[in-house]
Amino acid sequence: MTVKTLTIDDKLVSAREQDTILDVARESGIPIPTLCHLDGVKDVGACRLCLVEIASGSPDRPNRLQPACVTKVVEGMVVYTATERLKKYRRMIVELLFSERNHICSVCVANGHCELQDIAITVGMDHVRYEYVSPLCEVDITHGLFGVDQNRCILCTRCVRVCDEIEGAHTWDVAGRGIGARVITDLHQSWGEARSCTSCGKCVLACPTGAIFRQGATVAEMDRDRSRLSVLMTAREKREWIG
Amino acid sequence: MDRLTLATIWLGGCSGCHMSFLDMDEWLIALAERVEVVYSPFADVKTYPDNVHVALIEGAIANDDHLKLIQQARRCTDLLIAFGDCAVTGNVTALRNPLSSVQDILQYVYVEASDIENTPPDEAGIVPPLLDRVVPVHAVVPVDVYLPGCPPPADRIRAVLERLLVGEALQLAGRELIKFG
Repeated sequence: MTVKTLTIDDKLVSAREQDTILDVARESGIPIPTLCHLDGVKDVGACRLCLVEIASGSPDRPNRLQPACVTKVVEGMVVYTATERLKKYRRMIVELLFSERNHICSVCVANGHCELQDIAITVGMDHVRYEYVSPLCEVDITHGLFGVDQNRCILCTRCVRVCDEIEGAHTWDVAGRGIGARVITDLHQSWGEARSCTSCGKCVLACPTGAIFRQGATVAEMDRDRSRLSVLMTAREKREWIG
Repeated sequence: MDRLTLATIWLGGCSGCHMSFLDMDEWLIALAERVEVVYSPFADVKTYPDNVHVALIEGAIANDDHLKLIQQARRCTDLLIAFGDCAVTGNVTALRNPLSSVQDILQYVYVEASDIENTPPDEAGIVPPLLDRVVPVHAVVPVDVYLPGCPPPADRIRAVLERLLVGEALQLAGRELIKFG
């Protein structure tokens, strides 16, 4: 295994060659905000919050913006994680997420336990500068135990990935494009009719917002322990249940 | 020293932010020594005065009256504070935006879903017509400070007013000050 050395925020760090910038930053105690990243499942670079600047090495060319979660380390790389430019873009991204659907924290099941709400605080969002789209969104409570509220979905695809990679059911997927994209169950049937669903509840654990919830949860009651998912993945990788 | 003039305005909201203001309890007495409340649901004043130093705006812009009052408040006030989630985001007041037209919503609420036979309220000059879309305050007039929360906790309101009274800059940050909901 080759060791790579690189510079993150003027700090010299060393990484394994398969590491991403996010991996090595976390190990070195350098915070990079994330939303779609979830320990235990593959990264997809969907939310763009973990964008970092990679020095171009030349004053003629601008630094490159790359998502830290899916960018592998390179020997001698010079990375910046918290420049003014990045802070501006991150706040913009969060404001756009809030403007695109109906995230009404005060009446949301996840109020106080929401990663989108936490990130908004981290990036200093005291208001949203963009016009709210206010789309009419579906709430599906046809499943006996859980529900999905498209008003709160940020299309991070954590539900899709845990269902596919951990449970192996692949009930969830994404349909549509751009602003019309929605997470769906099976072939866009209602969740209650989605026969591939094993009702395991991993999507409920994974969801960063109030989009997927346990039925019966009311405002601010939807607390969850996301580390249970990475425990499952670690146990599987290390074959802790065998022998 | 002249006291600071303070206005509080109640637009499209539930008055919860004003209730939370009252939750500052005994600090209200200290506040009363330092500010003069010149316009508020707490004070019997009919018209918005000129030369207000600071105004707390509760509620979203949902009808014609809100629109007129906020424009007047902006003209006559040095510092406008969007006070609570409805003023900052539209919040619960704006839940009607995705549904349909104002006429359809009034028809549903006052006729179809009503137990008693009724018609939508329509008294020209008395009941202000609803706007097509509920919008946050900053969509209509420039806002100087955003104070979120549903409602903003009394401690948060106090922290902001204390900073204001000593003339500190008011770019709020951190969970204690800018958490929505």
